[in-house]
Amino acid sequence: MAAEHASIDALGQFKLHTVLGPIGASVNFTQSNLLMVIASALILALMYFGARPRAVVPGRLQAAAELAYDFIYRMVSDQIGHEGRKFFPFVFTLFFFVLFGNLLGLLPFSFTYTSHIAVTAALAITVIVLVTIVALAIHGLHFFSYFWPSGAPIALAPIIVPVEIISYLSRPVSLSIRLFANMVAGHVMFEVFATFMVMMAGAGAVGYVGAVGPLAMNVIMMGFELLVAALQAYVFAVLTCIYLHDAVHLH
Amino acid sequence: MARRAFAVVAGGMVAGAALLIQATPARAGEGMPQLDFANPLTLAQVVWLGIIFFALYLLLSRWALPRVAAVLESRAAAIAADLDAARGAKEKADTAVDELTRATREAHANAQAEIAQAVAIAKQTADAQAAEMNARLDAQIAAAEGRIAQARAAALGALSQVATDTAREVVDRLVGGGIDNATVSRAVADVLAARAA
Repeated sequence: MAAEHASIDALGQFKLHTVLGPIGASVNFTQSNLLMVIASALILALMYFGARPRAVVPGRLQAAAELAYDFIYRMVSDQIGHEGRKFFPFVFTLFFFVLFGNLLGLLPFSFTYTSHIAVTAALAITVIVLVTIVALAIHGLHFFSYFWPSGAPIALAPIIVPVEIISYLSRPVSLSIRLFANMVAGHVMFEVFATFMVMMAGAGAVGYVGAVGPLAMNVIMMGFELLVAALQAYVFAVLTCIYLHDAVHLH
Repeated sequence: MARRAFAVVAGGMVAGAALLIQATPARAGEGMPQLDFANPLTLAQVVWLGIIFFALYLLLSRWALPRVAAVLESRAAAIAADLDAARGAKEKADTAVDELTRATREAHANAQAEIAQAVAIAKQTADAQAAEMNARLDAQIAAAEGRIAQARAAALGALSQVATDTAREVVDRLVGGGIDNATVSRAVADVLAARAA
Protein backbone atom coordinates (compact mmCIF):
# COMPACT_ATOMS: atom_id res chain seq x y z
CA MET A 1 0.00 0.00 0.00
CA ALA A 2 2.77 2.34 1.01
CA ALA A 3 4.91 1.13 -1.83
CA GLU A 4 2.21 1.98 -4.33
CA HIS A 5 2.34 5.60 -3.22
CA ALA A 6 6.15 5.38 -3.13
CA SER A 7 6.13 7.18 0.20
CA ILE A 8 6.23 6.17 3.82
CA ASP A 9 2.82 6.14 5.40
CA ALA A 10 3.83 5.30 8.93
CA LEU A 11 0.67 6.56 10.57
CA GLY A 12 -2.01 5.00 8.40
CA GLN A 13 -1.84 1.85 10.55
CA PHE A 14 -3.27 3.74 13.50
CA LYS A 15 -6.37 4.88 11.61
CA LEU A 16 -9.58 3.60 13.13
CA HIS A 17 -12.35 2.04 11.10
CA THR A 18 -15.47 0.20 12.11
CA VAL A 19 -15.66 -3.57 11.89
CA LEU A 20 -18.40 -6.21 11.84
CA GLY A 21 -20.17 -4.58 8.92
CA PRO A 22 -23.26 -2.39 9.34
CA ILE A 23 -23.84 -3.52 12.93
CA GLY A 24 -20.39 -2.42 14.00
CA ALA A 25 -20.74 0.79 12.02
CA SER A 26 -24.03 1.65 13.69
CA VAL A 27 -22.48 1.42 17.17
CA ASN A 28 -19.03 2.74 16.17
CA PHE A 29 -17.37 -0.58 17.03
CA THR A 30 -13.82 -0.27 15.71
CA GLN A 31 -11.01 -2.75 15.06
CA SER A 32 -9.46 -1.37 18.24
CA ASN A 33 -12.46 -2.58 20.24
CA LEU A 34 -12.46 -5.91 18.43
CA LEU A 35 -8.87 -6.44 19.55
CA MET A 36 -9.91 -5.51 23.11
CA VAL A 37 -12.59 -8.18 23.00
CA ILE A 38 -10.11 -10.73 21.62
CA ALA A 39 -7.57 -9.83 24.29
CA SER A 40 -10.19 -10.13 27.04
CA ALA A 41 -11.36 -13.46 25.65
CA LEU A 42 -7.78 -14.76 25.58
CA ILE A 43 -7.14 -13.64 29.16
CA LEU A 44 -10.35 -15.29 30.36
CA ALA A 45 -9.56 -18.43 28.33
CA LEU A 46 -6.10 -18.63 29.85
CA MET A 47 -7.46 -18.38 33.37
CA TYR A 48 -10.43 -20.69 32.68
CA PHE A 49 -8.62 -23.49 30.88
CA GLY A 50 -5.61 -23.01 33.14
CA ALA A 51 -7.61 -23.53 36.32
CA ARG A 52 -9.82 -26.31 34.93
CA PRO A 53 -7.58 -29.36 35.56
CA ARG A 54 -7.26 -28.37 39.25
CA ALA A 55 -4.17 -30.58 39.36
CA VAL A 56 -1.87 -30.58 42.35
CA VAL A 57 1.05 -30.91 39.95
CA PRO A 58 0.15 -28.40 37.23
CA GLY A 59 0.47 -28.93 33.50
CA ARG A 60 1.86 -26.26 31.21
CA LEU A 61 -1.30 -24.21 30.80
CA GLN A 62 -2.18 -24.47 34.48
CA ALA A 63 1.34 -23.43 35.38
CA ALA A 64 0.97 -20.41 33.08
CA ALA A 65 -2.32 -19.40 34.70
CA GLU A 66 -0.92 -19.89 38.19
CA LEU A 67 2.22 -17.99 37.27
CA ALA A 68 0.11 -15.11 35.97
CA TYR A 69 -1.96 -15.11 39.14
CA ASP A 70 1.03 -15.40 41.42
CA PHE A 71 3.06 -12.77 39.57
CA ILE A 72 0.43 -10.04 39.98
CA TYR A 73 -0.51 -11.24 43.47
CA ARG A 74 3.08 -10.93 44.61
CA MET A 75 3.47 -7.57 42.89
CA VAL A 76 0.39 -6.23 44.64
CA SER A 77 1.36 -7.61 48.07
CA ASP A 78 4.96 -6.39 47.75
CA GLN A 79 4.14 -2.93 46.50
CA ILE A 80 0.97 -2.09 48.41
CA GLY A 81 1.19 -4.39 51.39
CA HIS A 82 -1.48 -6.47 53.05
CA GLU A 83 -4.24 -3.95 52.25
CA GLY A 84 -3.37 -4.28 48.58
CA ARG A 85 -5.13 -7.64 48.24
CA LYS A 86 -8.45 -6.00 47.42
CA PHE A 87 -6.90 -4.16 44.46
CA PHE A 88 -5.50 -7.41 43.09
CA PRO A 89 -8.29 -8.06 40.53
CA PHE A 90 -8.03 -4.51 39.24
CA VAL A 91 -4.24 -4.62 38.83
CA PHE A 92 -4.52 -8.07 37.28
CA THR A 93 -7.08 -6.85 34.76
CA LEU A 94 -5.02 -3.76 33.99
CA PHE A 95 -1.73 -5.62 33.53
CA PHE A 96 -3.10 -8.35 31.30
CA PHE A 97 -5.32 -6.00 29.33
CA VAL A 98 -2.28 -3.87 28.50
CA LEU A 99 0.04 -6.85 28.00
CA PHE A 100 -2.30 -8.67 25.63
CA GLY A 101 -3.03 -5.41 23.80
CA ASN A 102 0.70 -4.85 23.30
CA LEU A 103 1.41 -8.43 22.25
CA LEU A 104 -1.60 -8.86 19.97
CA GLY A 105 -0.60 -5.63 18.27
CA LEU A 106 2.62 -7.29 17.15
CA LEU A 107 0.72 -9.83 15.04
CA PRO A 108 0.41 -9.02 11.33
CA PHE A 109 -2.92 -7.46 10.22
CA SER A 110 -3.67 -6.73 13.83
CA PHE A 111 -4.13 -3.46 15.65
CA THR A 112 -2.55 -2.10 18.83
CA TYR A 113 -5.18 -0.43 20.95
CA THR A 114 -2.51 0.71 23.41
CA SER A 115 -1.10 2.88 20.62
CA HIS A 116 -4.08 5.21 20.98
CA ILE A 117 -3.58 8.01 23.48
CA ALA A 118 -7.34 8.06 24.11
CA VAL A 119 -7.18 4.46 25.32
CA THR A 120 -4.05 4.80 27.46
CA ALA A 121 -5.28 8.11 28.86
CA ALA A 122 -8.63 6.54 29.75
CA LEU A 123 -6.80 3.72 31.57
CA ALA A 124 -4.46 6.17 33.33
CA ILE A 125 -7.36 8.41 34.37
CA THR A 126 -9.20 5.36 35.69
CA VAL A 127 -6.11 4.55 37.79
CA ILE A 128 -5.68 8.06 39.13
CA VAL A 129 -9.38 8.49 39.90
CA LEU A 130 -9.37 5.15 41.70
CA VAL A 131 -6.23 6.13 43.62
CA THR A 132 -7.76 9.46 44.66
CA ILE A 133 -11.04 7.85 45.71
CA VAL A 134 -9.18 5.19 47.72
CA ALA A 135 -7.05 7.84 49.42
CA LEU A 136 -10.08 9.98 50.25
CA ALA A 137 -12.04 6.98 51.50
CA ILE A 138 -9.23 5.81 53.79
CA HIS A 139 -7.84 9.12 55.01
CA GLY A 140 -10.68 11.60 54.45
CA LEU A 141 -9.54 15.23 54.30
CA HIS A 142 -6.22 14.15 55.81
CA PHE A 143 -5.45 13.06 52.24
CA PHE A 144 -4.55 16.67 51.36
CA SER A 145 -1.58 16.49 53.73
CA TYR A 146 -0.11 14.38 50.93
CA PHE A 147 0.73 17.65 49.16
CA TRP A 148 2.65 18.89 52.16
CA PRO A 149 5.81 16.95 52.97
CA SER A 150 6.12 16.78 56.76
CA GLY A 151 8.88 18.94 58.24
CA ALA A 152 9.10 21.39 55.35
CA PRO A 153 9.43 25.05 56.39
CA ILE A 154 6.11 26.88 56.18
CA ALA A 155 7.65 29.69 54.15
CA LEU A 156 8.14 27.31 51.24
CA ALA A 157 4.46 26.38 51.09
CA PRO A 158 3.69 28.57 48.06
CA ILE A 159 6.32 26.67 46.09
CA ILE A 160 6.03 23.14 47.48
CA VAL A 161 2.27 22.76 47.38
CA PRO A 162 1.84 23.68 43.71
CA VAL A 163 4.81 21.48 42.80
CA GLU A 164 3.33 18.55 44.68
CA ILE A 165 -0.08 19.09 43.12
CA ILE A 166 1.40 19.32 39.64
CA SER A 167 3.48 16.18 40.19
CA TYR A 168 0.34 14.39 41.38
CA LEU A 169 -1.64 15.52 38.35
CA SER A 170 1.19 14.69 35.98
CA ARG A 171 1.03 11.04 36.98
CA PRO A 172 -1.78 10.07 34.60
CA VAL A 173 -0.11 12.12 31.86
CA SER A 174 3.22 10.33 32.17
CA LEU A 175 1.49 7.00 32.70
CA SER A 176 -0.56 7.30 29.51
CA ILE A 177 2.06 8.94 27.30
CA ARG A 178 4.78 6.44 28.25
CA LEU A 179 2.73 3.49 27.06
CA PHE A 180 1.27 5.30 24.06
CA ALA A 181 4.63 6.65 22.87
CA ASN A 182 6.41 3.31 23.25
CA MET A 183 3.79 1.51 21.25
CA VAL A 184 3.54 4.15 18.54
CA ALA A 185 7.31 4.41 18.19
CA GLY A 186 7.74 0.68 17.80
CA HIS A 187 4.98 0.33 15.24
CA VAL A 188 6.14 3.36 13.26
CA MET A 189 9.63 1.87 13.07
CA PHE A 190 8.18 -1.45 11.90
CA GLU A 191 6.23 0.31 9.19
CA VAL A 192 9.20 2.44 8.12
CA PHE A 193 11.59 -0.48 7.79
CA ALA A 194 8.98 -2.63 6.11
CA THR A 195 8.32 0.12 3.60
CA PHE A 196 12.06 0.53 2.96
CA MET A 197 12.16 -3.16 2.27
CA VAL A 198 9.31 -3.03 -0.23
CA MET A 199 10.72 0.08 -1.90
CA MET A 200 14.16 -1.51 -2.26
CA ALA A 201 12.72 -4.72 -3.58
CA GLY A 202 10.95 -2.64 -6.18
CA ALA A 203 14.31 -1.40 -7.43
CA GLY A 204 15.32 -4.71 -8.99
CA ALA A 205 17.89 -7.43 -8.30
CA VAL A 206 20.26 -5.20 -6.34
CA GLY A 207 17.33 -4.03 -4.30
CA TYR A 208 16.48 -7.59 -3.29
CA VAL A 209 19.93 -7.90 -1.73
CA GLY A 210 19.65 -4.49 -0.13
CA ALA A 211 16.23 -5.28 1.29
CA VAL A 212 17.84 -7.82 3.58
CA GLY A 213 19.06 -4.92 5.74
CA PRO A 214 15.63 -3.54 6.70
CA LEU A 215 14.32 -7.11 7.01
CA ALA A 216 17.05 -7.98 9.52
CA MET A 217 16.30 -4.73 11.30
CA ASN A 218 12.64 -5.64 11.61
CA VAL A 219 13.51 -9.09 12.95
CA ILE A 220 15.67 -7.49 15.63
CA MET A 221 12.95 -4.91 16.26
CA MET A 222 10.41 -7.67 16.79
CA GLY A 223 12.50 -9.12 19.60
CA PHE A 224 12.91 -5.69 21.10
CA GLU A 225 9.20 -4.92 20.76
CA LEU A 226 8.32 -8.14 22.59
CA LEU A 227 10.45 -6.87 25.45
CA VAL A 228 8.84 -3.43 25.26
CA ALA A 229 5.35 -4.93 25.19
CA ALA A 230 5.94 -6.90 28.38
CA LEU A 231 7.98 -4.18 30.07
CA GLN A 232 5.47 -1.41 29.41
CA ALA A 233 2.62 -3.52 30.75
CA TYR A 234 4.76 -4.24 33.81
CA VAL A 235 5.65 -0.56 34.27
CA PHE A 236 1.99 0.42 33.95
CA ALA A 237 0.98 -2.14 36.58
CA VAL A 238 3.86 -1.39 38.95
CA LEU A 239 3.25 2.35 38.82
CA THR A 240 -0.43 1.71 39.51
CA CYS A 241 0.63 -0.34 42.54
CA ILE A 242 2.99 2.40 43.72
CA TYR A 243 0.24 5.03 43.40
CA LEU A 244 -2.14 2.75 45.28
CA HIS A 245 0.51 2.29 47.97
CA ASP A 246 0.76 6.05 48.33
CA ALA A 247 -3.02 6.27 48.52
CA VAL A 248 -3.22 3.60 51.21
CA HIS A 249 -0.27 4.74 53.31
CA LEU A 250 0.17 8.48 52.36
CA HIS A 251 3.96 8.96 52.19
CA MET B 1 19.24 1.15 36.19
CA ALA B 2 17.62 -1.09 33.64
CA ARG B 3 14.57 1.10 33.77
CA ARG B 4 16.65 4.23 33.18
CA ALA B 5 18.50 2.60 30.30
CA PHE B 6 15.20 1.60 28.91
CA ALA B 7 13.82 5.11 29.31
CA VAL B 8 16.79 6.43 27.31
CA VAL B 9 16.20 3.87 24.59
CA ALA B 10 12.49 4.56 24.55
CA GLY B 11 13.11 8.28 24.45
CA GLY B 12 15.42 7.80 21.52
CA MET B 13 12.79 5.74 19.78
CA VAL B 14 10.14 8.37 20.33
CA ALA B 15 12.48 11.06 19.04
CA GLY B 16 13.30 8.93 16.02
CA ALA B 17 9.64 8.31 15.38
CA ALA B 18 8.91 12.01 15.66
CA LEU B 19 11.66 12.75 13.10
CA LEU B 20 10.31 10.10 10.78
CA ILE B 21 6.82 11.45 11.11
CA GLN B 22 8.09 14.92 10.31
CA ALA B 23 10.10 13.61 7.41
CA THR B 24 7.08 11.77 6.09
CA PRO B 25 5.52 13.62 3.21
CA ALA B 26 2.16 13.47 4.88
CA ARG B 27 -0.82 14.25 2.76
CA ALA B 28 -2.55 17.50 3.59
CA GLY B 29 -4.75 17.41 6.65
CA GLU B 30 -3.35 14.12 7.96
CA GLY B 31 -1.63 14.14 11.35
CA MET B 32 -1.59 11.33 13.86
CA PRO B 33 -4.90 9.49 13.70
CA GLN B 34 -4.65 9.13 17.49
CA LEU B 35 -5.00 12.90 17.90
CA ASP B 36 -7.84 13.23 15.44
CA PHE B 37 -10.53 13.87 18.00
CA ALA B 38 -12.83 15.18 15.31
CA ASN B 39 -13.24 11.55 14.27
CA PRO B 40 -16.12 10.17 16.38
CA LEU B 41 -14.43 6.73 16.35
CA THR B 42 -11.54 8.03 18.49
CA LEU B 43 -13.77 8.62 21.48
CA ALA B 44 -16.24 5.87 20.62
CA GLN B 45 -13.46 3.32 21.15
CA VAL B 46 -12.99 4.74 24.64
CA VAL B 47 -16.65 4.11 25.43
CA TRP B 48 -16.25 0.54 24.20
CA LEU B 49 -13.02 0.33 26.16
CA GLY B 50 -14.96 1.23 29.30
CA ILE B 51 -17.57 -1.45 28.63
CA ILE B 52 -15.04 -4.16 27.69
CA PHE B 53 -12.63 -3.35 30.50
CA PHE B 54 -15.39 -3.30 33.09
CA ALA B 55 -16.78 -6.60 31.78
CA LEU B 56 -13.30 -8.14 31.86
CA TYR B 57 -12.79 -6.85 35.39
CA LEU B 58 -16.09 -8.31 36.58
CA LEU B 59 -15.51 -11.67 34.89
CA LEU B 60 -11.97 -11.92 36.23
CA SER B 61 -12.70 -10.80 39.77
CA ARG B 62 -15.95 -12.74 40.20
CA TRP B 63 -15.31 -15.85 38.17
CA ALA B 64 -11.87 -16.56 36.71
CA LEU B 65 -9.51 -15.43 39.45
CA PRO B 66 -11.35 -17.15 42.34
CA ARG B 67 -11.08 -20.41 40.40
CA VAL B 68 -7.31 -20.08 40.17
CA ALA B 69 -7.20 -19.01 43.81
CA ALA B 70 -9.17 -22.15 44.74
CA VAL B 71 -6.67 -24.34 42.88
CA LEU B 72 -3.75 -22.64 44.63
CA GLU B 73 -5.46 -22.91 48.01
CA SER B 74 -6.28 -26.59 47.56
CA ARG B 75 -2.67 -27.25 46.66
CA ALA B 76 -1.46 -25.28 49.66
CA ALA B 77 -3.91 -27.23 51.85
CA ALA B 78 -2.75 -30.57 50.39
CA ILE B 79 0.89 -29.65 50.98
CA ALA B 80 0.12 -28.50 54.52
CA ALA B 81 -1.78 -31.74 55.24
CA ASP B 82 1.08 -33.81 53.84
CA LEU B 83 3.56 -31.87 55.92
CA ASP B 84 1.40 -32.38 59.01
CA ALA B 85 1.20 -36.11 58.33
CA ALA B 86 4.95 -36.25 57.83
CA ARG B 87 5.50 -34.32 61.04
CA GLY B 88 3.17 -36.70 62.91
CA ALA B 89 4.97 -39.73 61.51
CA LYS B 90 8.29 -38.23 62.50
CA GLU B 91 7.03 -37.63 66.03
CA LYS B 92 5.83 -41.22 66.24
CA ALA B 93 9.16 -42.47 64.95
CA ASP B 94 10.96 -40.27 67.46
CA THR B 95 8.96 -41.65 70.39
CA ALA B 96 9.55 -45.18 69.10
CA VAL B 97 13.27 -44.52 68.92
CA ASP B 98 13.17 -43.06 72.43
CA GLU B 99 11.36 -46.13 73.72
CA LEU B 100 13.82 -48.39 72.01
CA THR B 101 16.73 -46.49 73.49
CA ARG B 102 15.20 -46.64 76.95
CA ALA B 103 14.46 -50.37 76.64
CA THR B 104 18.00 -51.00 75.47
CA ARG B 105 19.39 -49.02 78.37
CA GLU B 106 17.14 -50.88 80.83
CA ALA B 107 18.13 -54.25 79.43
CA HIS B 108 21.75 -53.23 79.62
CA ALA B 109 21.35 -52.17 83.25
CA ASN B 110 19.53 -55.42 84.10
CA ALA B 111 22.24 -57.46 82.47
CA GLN B 112 24.90 -55.55 84.40
CA ALA B 113 23.05 -56.13 87.66
CA GLU B 114 22.69 -59.83 86.96
CA ILE B 115 26.32 -60.11 86.04
CA ALA B 116 27.30 -58.35 89.27
CA GLN B 117 25.00 -60.65 91.26
CA ALA B 118 26.41 -63.76 89.59
CA VAL B 119 29.93 -62.54 90.24
CA ALA B 120 29.06 -61.86 93.90
CA ILE B 121 27.51 -65.32 94.32
CA ALA B 122 30.47 -66.97 92.66
CA LYS B 123 32.85 -65.02 94.87
CA GLN B 124 30.85 -65.96 97.95
CA THR B 125 30.85 -69.59 96.92
CA ALA B 126 34.55 -69.48 96.22
CA ASP B 127 35.18 -67.80 99.57
CA ALA B 128 33.12 -70.40 101.37
CA GLN B 129 34.90 -73.20 99.58
CA ALA B 130 38.25 -71.64 100.33
CA ALA B 131 37.29 -71.23 104.00
CA GLU B 132 36.10 -74.82 104.15
CA MET B 133 39.25 -75.99 102.50
CA ASN B 134 41.33 -73.92 104.93
CA ALA B 135 39.42 -75.33 107.86
CA ARG B 136 39.89 -78.86 106.60
CA LEU B 137 43.57 -78.27 105.98
CA ASP B 138 43.91 -76.63 109.39
CA ALA B 139 42.23 -79.64 110.95
CA GLN B 140 44.50 -82.00 109.05
CA ILE B 141 47.52 -79.92 110.06
CA ALA B 142 46.36 -79.92 113.67
CA ALA B 143 45.81 -83.69 113.53
CA ALA B 144 49.21 -84.21 111.97
CA GLU B 145 50.81 -81.98 114.59
CA GLY B 146 49.02 -83.95 117.30
CA ARG B 147 50.31 -87.17 115.82
CA ILE B 148 53.81 -85.70 115.61
CA ALA B 149 53.62 -84.56 119.24
CA GLN B 150 52.35 -88.00 120.26
CA ALA B 151 55.12 -89.70 118.35
CA ARG B 152 57.65 -87.33 119.84
CA ALA B 153 56.32 -87.92 123.36
CA ALA B 154 56.40 -91.64 122.69
CA ALA B 155 59.90 -91.36 121.38
CA LEU B 156 60.94 -89.24 124.34
CA GLY B 157 59.28 -91.77 126.77
CA ALA B 158 61.16 -94.63 125.11
CA LEU B 159 64.37 -92.58 125.32
CA SER B 160 64.01 -92.03 129.09
CA GLN B 161 63.31 -95.78 129.53
CA VAL B 162 66.41 -96.64 127.51
CA ALA B 163 68.42 -94.00 129.38
CA THR B 164 67.19 -95.29 132.75
CA ASP B 165 67.97 -98.89 131.78
CA THR B 166 71.36 -97.90 130.42
CA ALA B 167 72.10 -95.77 133.51
CA ARG B 168 71.21 -98.65 135.91
CA GLU B 169 73.31 -101.06 133.87
CA VAL B 170 76.22 -98.60 133.98
CA VAL B 171 75.74 -98.03 137.75
CA ASP B 172 75.40 -101.77 138.32
CA ARG B 173 78.67 -102.43 136.49
CA LEU B 174 80.43 -99.60 138.25
CA VAL B 175 79.20 -99.99 141.82
CA GLY B 176 77.62 -103.44 141.72
CA GLY B 177 73.92 -102.92 142.55
CA GLY B 178 72.39 -101.59 145.66
CA ILE B 179 70.69 -98.67 143.85
CA ASP B 180 67.00 -98.65 143.44
CA ASN B 181 65.15 -97.93 140.18
CA ALA B 182 63.35 -94.83 141.47
CA THR B 183 66.56 -92.93 142.15
CA VAL B 184 67.98 -93.76 138.70
CA SER B 185 64.86 -92.79 136.84
CA ARG B 186 64.67 -89.50 138.81
CA ALA B 187 68.23 -88.65 137.97
CA VAL B 188 67.67 -89.46 134.26
CA ALA B 189 64.49 -87.38 134.24
CA ASP B 190 66.40 -84.42 135.78
CA VAL B 191 69.14 -84.68 133.21
CA LEU B 192 66.60 -84.93 130.33
CA ALA B 193 64.67 -82.00 131.68
CA ALA B 194 67.92 -79.99 131.87
CA ARG B 195 68.70 -80.93 128.22
CA ALA B 196 65.28 -80.10 127.01
CA ALA B 197 65.45 -76.67 128.75
